[in-house]
Amino acid sequence: MVTTTSALGGSVRRREDPALIQGKGTYTDDVTPHGTAYVAFARSPYAHAKINSIDTSAAAAADGVVAVYTNADVAHLGDLLAQVKIVKGRPLLAGGEVNHVGEAVAMVVAENSYKARDAADLIEVDYEPMKAVIDLKEAASDVALVHDELESNVILAWEAGPWGDEEGIAATKQTIADAKDRDDTVSVSVEAVNQRLMPVAIEPRSVVAEWQAGYGRFVIHSSSQVPHALMGAVKTTFGLDATHVQVIAPEVGGGFGVKLNVYADEILVCFAAQQLDRPVKWTETRRESSGSSIHGRGWVGTATITGTRDGEILGYELDAIADMGAYEQNFTVAIPFLGLFVGSGQYNVPTHWKVTCVFTNKMTTDACRGAGRPEAAYYLERAIDAYAREIGVDPIDVRKRAFVEKFDEATVSPIGFAMDTGDYATNLDKLVEVADYEGLKAERDAARAEGRYVGIGVASYCEVCGFAPTALSELGFSWSTYGLPAGFYGTGLVRVNPDTSVTVITGTGPSGQGHQTTWAQLVSDRLGIPVEKIRVIHGDTGEAPMGVGTFGSRSVAVDGSATYDAAERVATKAKDIAAHLLEASADDIELSAEGASVAGSPDSSIEWGEIAAAAYLPHRLGESEIEGGLESHVIFDPPNATWPFGSHLAMVEVDPDTGNVEILRYFTVDDCGIQVNPMIVAGQVQGGVTHGIGQALLEDVVYDEDGNLLTSSLLDYPIPTAEDVPFYEISSTVTPTNINSIGAKGIGEAGTIGAAQTVVNAVVDALEPFGVKHVDMPLRPKRVWAAIQEARG
Amino acid sequence: MQVSMTVNEREVSAHVENRTLLVHFLREELRLTGTHVGCETGYCGACTVHVDGKPVKSCTMFAVQANGADIATIESMASNGDLHPVQEGFWERHGLQCGFCTPGMIMSAASLLEENNNPSEGEIRHAIEGNLCRCTGYHNIVRAVEYAGAKMRGEEPAPPDWEEGS
Repeated sequence: MVTTTSALGGSVRRREDPALIQGKGTYTDDVTPHGTAYVAFARSPYAHAKINSIDTSAAAAADGVVAVYTNADVAHLGDLLAQVKIVKGRPLLAGGEVNHVGEAVAMVVAENSYKARDAADLIEVDYEPMKAVIDLKEAASDVALVHDELESNVILAWEAGPWGDEEGIAATKQTIADAKDRDDTVSVSVEAVNQRLMPVAIEPRSVVAEWQAGYGRFVIHSSSQVPHALMGAVKTTFGLDATHVQVIAPEVGGGFGVKLNVYADEILVCFAAQQLDRPVKWTETRRESSGSSIHGRGWVGTATITGTRDGEILGYELDAIADMGAYEQNFTVAIPFLGLFVGSGQYNVPTHWKVTCVFTNKMTTDACRGAGRPEAAYYLERAIDAYAREIGVDPIDVRKRAFVEKFDEATVSPIGFAMDTGDYATNLDKLVEVADYEGLKAERDAARAEGRYVGIGVASYCEVCGFAPTALSELGFSWSTYGLPAGFYGTGLVRVNPDTSVTVITGTGPSGQGHQTTWAQLVSDRLGIPVEKIRVIHGDTGEAPMGVGTFGSRSVAVDGSATYDAAERVATKAKDIAAHLLEASADDIELSAEGASVAGSPDSSIEWGEIAAAAYLPHRLGESEIEGGLESHVIFDPPNATWPFGSHLAMVEVDPDTGNVEILRYFTVDDCGIQVNPMIVAGQVQGGVTHGIGQALLEDVVYDEDGNLLTSSLLDYPIPTAEDVPFYEISSTVTPTNINSIGAKGIGEAGTIGAAQTVVNAVVDALEPFGVKHVDMPLRPKRVWAAIQEARG
Repeated sequence: MQVSMTVNEREVSAHVENRTLLVHFLREELRLTGTHVGCETGYCGACTVHVDGKPVKSCTMFAVQANGADIATIESMASNGDLHPVQEGFWERHGLQCGFCTPGMIMSAASLLEENNNPSEGEIRHAIEGNLCRCTGYHNIVRAVEYAGAKMRGEEPAPPDWEEGS
């Protein structure tokens, strides 16, 4: 028996699931219009090479080939559009040179995907290899250049302390220098790699474009988190208006940032469909995805905490280099900036933060679940842990002493941004309580006495989510390049239909987050109409007038709030109609699943059917001056981002003979404000934590010194399996935001942002008897074993 | 080459290239798109189907190798509108988010429960170790399989373990 409750805050079973559990959902690769042709790409085997010539004749003559295109055919369309392009964007197909392994050089269109791939192998390219820029420190010092026409590999450096205040930065640096000069202080540094990752959605990316020549209109299905951005890019590239490009993101099989980009292949598939006047499809292989869909992370840096020997932190410094890859795509250089927002974490500590963004001859980096914030939290929390360990004070006590005090009005962090609400100590106290921290420590000590290597790691984090206030677009993070309005507002349209079913249209592009359920709960909460009667449409630019998509844990806080507000307006109008029909005051009308009634007069009521019918038959509204229709469309431009937070605890055991790390217990106490559906919130945390554990223990994109990608399958790039992780022990605190009407902050990335450093802190604790102070991720057995051997001498 | 097999209790026959993978035959020739392709190399398990009653990754098998076989895909798991207990478990225990790995996951879990309807946590994790999920962290998938096992044993499943209310 499937139970449902429509109340906001209920764990309603998902509306999405019946189709998906029966194999009846529609993903992009399931869409095959009549006459579809298939694309395959010829890709560079070199990290950096000049292209002397391309011979496509054998491919063009191959069986079943419809067309072959190279840069010469598409150069007139310009480079791939990108949101935050500072220096160098990506050509749709490589021109005079290639800049990473996997870069597309030519596109083949054929009658089926097997023939397309056969023909792509027949394309002959005369490459002249050049020195590849791989190492980040070498890249930053311009030992060789990725792009010869540029003076440097350095794109820019993000520096703050606080942001946008050069005098403030100088003063912060002096404050920290003074602290270092004191006799009663120590400075503890952690030099660490936050390695390059692949987001790895299990559904490969896919795009199907139809060109309706008679109407001059594209209909595009794409596995995208940002259908409106793709619509904007296509309309801008091909000179169309918004009504002539419809992008549909149907079921999307996971996002994690990899689908938060407009890709060259999407534009090229549209180009081919228009040229050939037939539907064209491309679905990437896993190998292609590894080399030519975006990566994330990829930092090297040193984090330093300066503080007193009794546990008062006096300063935090980060100096890091971030790997941008070969070209800027959607957000690329903006990703470290997302880390900057939360550079000082939960702490009221003078912070100087600097990350230098460099080109390398590797695939572009962009958003990977958390996007800048996991990196920022990793360095900060590793350094705090190392400091606590150095002075011998419990890391919980060090954190609590440094926390920003509870605040319920906007409070500016040391890094320079006004945070909405926070209550960090209560959150960490709850973690201590639910995990029985003292009990775990006793367990650990008992295990150690038996010669076992058990460790406990704790980390706190502060997020920035709910993008975004329009003011952020002034920093350059906007959709304006795509010819769309600049801000990252949210949209929600709620319509009660004449038969009392409800249509909701929203601007998100979810990939498993359950918006159909959550949005239905929001609307049901306002209208009283049960969730079963509410259909939520998302990811369709032909339906939603505008939208920004799903990323950065933004959807509920922004588009969800727009929808909640729209439902409130519809409720108000429904009450007006009911009041008119019942000859009562609207103030006395109460809505329920059945309809409307007058407070205190249960006999005076009217069913939803009559309210809806009156809305669509205005003569029934008489002289009430109520307009026909029962719908509202709200655009919500949030006044601030949201700032969720939380604390995690891991207990691990290391096998000293093999270096294997086993996670024994994992606790989370996240605070995302009001939870619309606690079941979905917990699911987001569980998946997010697993992603962070994947970074901590397993995942690593490896390029060799020549730029060959050594990790292009799921064998070489292992992600966690069911046997790698435990059951999670999930709790929460609730500190509502005051910047939207729901009070929700966002939860999609929290688990990932909190997890990696929690696990590494635990492993370092487990290895304390050996004196190991740090091991770089991923903590695969060989690396942990080597660290033990080195420490043993 | 001509191949004939039984797919979801229906006799099918078609001409295929020798190199056609079983998963492509199912998806493109038979339009059974519930079986998904996640990696084409046998690691992710999104393409898991039952071949003669055993779970098989259908990207690791040519259609011609399935000649004469009895194939079951996700589309056959519900009967007469009634969900299979594993499907019900995935719905009741939030065992899926994006749903892309779910058909393969359900096929693997159903095979496990066919042999052992009271598996331990470790046995469940081992049985689905070849099916990758990036969304759920497996927590609720294991719970979903436990739920289905209880149902198949005629017992009341354990209550869900998420916090209610906020």
